Amino acid sequence: MRVGLFVTCLVDLMKPGIGFAALRLLENAGCEVVVPRPQTCCGQPGWNSGDRSSAHALAAKLLDEFEGCDYVVLPSGSCTGMIRVHYRDVFRDDLALRERAERFAARTYELTDFLVNVVRLETVPGRFPGRVTYHDACSGLRELGVKSQPRALLAKVPGLVLSEMQDPEVCCGFGGTFSIKFGDIAAQMAQTKCTQIRAAGADAVVLGDLGCMLNIEGRLRRSGDTTTRVLHVAEVLAGPEEG
Amino acid sequence: MQVQSMFFKERARRAVADTGLQERMAKLAFAERRAVAVGEYGSEAFEALRDAGAAIRQRCIENLDVWIERFEAEATRRGARVMFAESGAQVAEQVVDICRRHGLKKAIKSKSMLSEEAELNPALSRAGVEAIETDLGEYICQLADEPPSHIIAPAIHRSRQDVADLFQRRHGRPRLEEPELLTREAREILRAHFLTADLGISGGNFLVAETGSLALVTNEGNGRMVTTLPRVHVAITGIEKVVPTLEDLSTLMRLLPRSATGQTISNYFSVITGPRAAQDRDGPEHLYFILVDNGRTNLLGGELQDMLRCIRCGACMNHCPVYKTVGGHAYGWVYPGPMGAVLTPAYMGLENALDLPHAATLCGACSVVCPVRIPLPELLRTLREKQVERRLRPWQERTGLRLWSWIARHPRIYAAFARWGVRVLRMLANRQGMITRLPFGREWTAGRYMPAPASPRTFRDLYAARRRVN
Repeated sequence: MRVGLFVTCLVDLMKPGIGFAALRLLENAGCEVVVPRPQTCCGQPGWNSGDRSSAHALAAKLLDEFEGCDYVVLPSGSCTGMIRVHYRDVFRDDLALRERAERFAARTYELTDFLVNVVRLETVPGRFPGRVTYHDACSGLRELGVKSQPRALLAKVPGLVLSEMQDPEVCCGFGGTFSIKFGDIAAQMAQTKCTQIRAAGADAVVLGDLGCMLNIEGRLRRSGDTTTRVLHVAEVLAGPEEG
Repeated sequence: MQVQSMFFKERARRAVADTGLQERMAKLAFAERRAVAVGEYGSEAFEALRDAGAAIRQRCIENLDVWIERFEAEATRRGARVMFAESGAQVAEQVVDICRRHGLKKAIKSKSMLSEEAELNPALSRAGVEAIETDLGEYICQLADEPPSHIIAPAIHRSRQDVADLFQRRHGRPRLEEPELLTREAREILRAHFLTADLGISGGNFLVAETGSLALVTNEGNGRMVTTLPRVHVAITGIEKVVPTLEDLSTLMRLLPRSATGQTISNYFSVITGPRAAQDRDGPEHLYFILVDNGRTNLLGGELQDMLRCIRCGACMNHCPVYKTVGGHAYGWVYPGPMGAVLTPAYMGLENALDLPHAATLCGACSVVCPVRIPLPELLRTLREKQVERRLRPWQERTGLRLWSWIARHPRIYAAFARWGVRVLRMLANRQGMITRLPFGREWTAGRYMPAPASPRTFRDLYAARRRVN
C-alpha cells in the first residue's frame, strides 16, 4: 500500500517532529510511505480568504504531486477537510479537475481516521505516563467525523489516561487568518479553551491540528502556564524517536 | 436600524474587555437546552426532521412568487389586506399611513426583527404615535434605548442589576432585584398599555399560503394580546416567511422551538386567519400584512439564496463561539451571529460590513445545528470571495495572499523562504521557545505568545538529509 504523506506547511515550518511521528506510525503499520519533495500548501489560506484562483493553483499542484499514491494521509483535520470537502468546489468551473478531485478526495484521510479505518491498527508504538485531555479541532470533527478515532488510538497507549474536558468540541479560536485579524477575540476564545483544559486536570492537551496547537500553547504560556504540554496526537501515538 | 457593522473590530474589542458581558454571555444556556430536546426527540429522527425542514423551506424559496401570490389571495379572501414594501423605510411609511387612516395613537408591539430593519419606532414617534414593546426583553431594550442583542433573547447582554436600575429610573418605583418581581412590575405597567392601545404590531414566524394565515410563536403571551386587543393589527414579515401548507407549518414547528430554546413547543403558538369575523367575540377589526423585501429578492437565484431558508431560531448564534465572546451588539445591525454575518452584507451592502464575513473561525458549529441546513460557513466564504472580486480587501492582505500563493507554487523558492523564516522566528524567541512579540503579528502576540519553530531545520530539509544518510 503506497501512502503519500502530506505533512502540511505548518508542520514543515513549525514542528517537523509531527511529520516524522506520522511517518513512523505509517511505516510501523506496514505502509510504503512516500513524501513528495515539492509539496507545500493545500491552498486553504487562499480559499478561506476568498482568493479562489490561488486556491485553485495550489490544489491542482497537490493533485499532481500525489497522483501515484493509493492513499494520501495528513496529520491535520483542517487540511484534509480542505481536500476532501472543498476541492470539488475549488474546481467547480472545471469538470475534469473536479472529477479528479472527487476521486482524489475518496482516498485522502486524516491520520487517525486512516490508522483506525483503513489500516485498522492494533497496537501503537508510543507510551505516555500521564493524564491527557483531547481537543476536537473543528474541521476534523465537523467536516470529517474525526471524534472516536483519536480516542480509540489513545486508549491503546500504555500508561495514558484520558480525562475529557468540558466542551471539547468548541472552537479554540484559531480559525486561520481569523487569529491574526481578530487577535483579541481569538485570544479570549483560546482563554476559554485553556480554562477547560486546566479544569480537566491533564498533564497534556492532545489534538490533531497544528494551527490550534499554536493558538492553545501560545495562550497557555502567555497566561503563565508553563507545565501543561500541547501535543499532536501523532507525537503521543508514535512515541519519541529512537536513536 | 443604521448599519454600524463597519465598527465591528472596535465594538468587539470593547466587548471582550467587558468582564460583566463575558459572564452574562457564558450563561446563555439555549445550546444545552437544545441538546436535551434533540436527545429526547432522538438525534437520528431530528436529523431527518432537519432534512424535511430544509426541503420545505427550499421549495418555498424556489417558487417564492407562487406562494406569495397564493398567500395574498387567501389572506385577502379572508378579509385581511396584504401590502408589499420594498424597503424598511417604506414599511415605516405604510404603518404611519395606516395610523393616519384609522386615527391610531398608541401601538403595542410584540417581537418583530423586521420592525428593527424598518426603524419603525422612531418613525412612529415622529408621526405622533406612541409605540411600546411588550416582549419583556424588547421592553428592557426600549427603556435602555438600545437595539436587541439576540434575536430571541433581546436583553441577554443586560444583568439583573442593570434591569433593576433601569426600571427604578424609568418607572420611578422602588428598586427591586428579584427577576420575578421585576417581571411583575413590567407586567403591571404593560397591562395598562395593552388595554389602551388601538394598534397592535407583530412580526410573524411563518405565513401559510394555503390559508392566508399568520403563525406566531411566543413565550410570554404578549403576542396574543397584541394581535387580539387593539382594533387594528399590522403583521410585518419578510417575504421569505411564506410556507405552502399547514402540514409544512407543523413540520417546521417541530423544529423551531427545539432549535431555538430547547422547548418542545413554545408557551403560545397562534395561527391567525383574517380579522374579527361577525361571529367572533374578539380580534381586530382590521388586519394588515406588510410583506417586506428589503434586499431579499436580490438573493434569489444567487449564491446566497440558501440564507432565505432561515427560520430565525437563533441556534447559529447560540452555538457560535465568536458570538458568545463578543455578544450581539458588536455585529452592528439587526441580526447578530453567523446569520447576521451573512444577512448584514447581503441586505445592507458588502462594503458596509467588511469585517463580518471574516469574523468567524469557520468552525462549523452553526451549520451542524441549523434546523434548515443553511451552509453558513460556505456562505461566509462566498462573501469573502465577493469581497476579493470587488477588490474590497486591504492591499496588504491581497498582496500577502498573492505572494504566499506564488511562493507555494515554486517549491525551491518556498524551501528557501521556509529556511529563512525558521531562522528569523527562532531568533525572536525567548529561552522558553516563545515569541512574546511578533513585529508584524501584533494581533497575535497581544493576547498570546507564538511558539517558535521547534527545530532549526524544516521537515523537508530534515527528511532530505535523512534520505541521503540511509
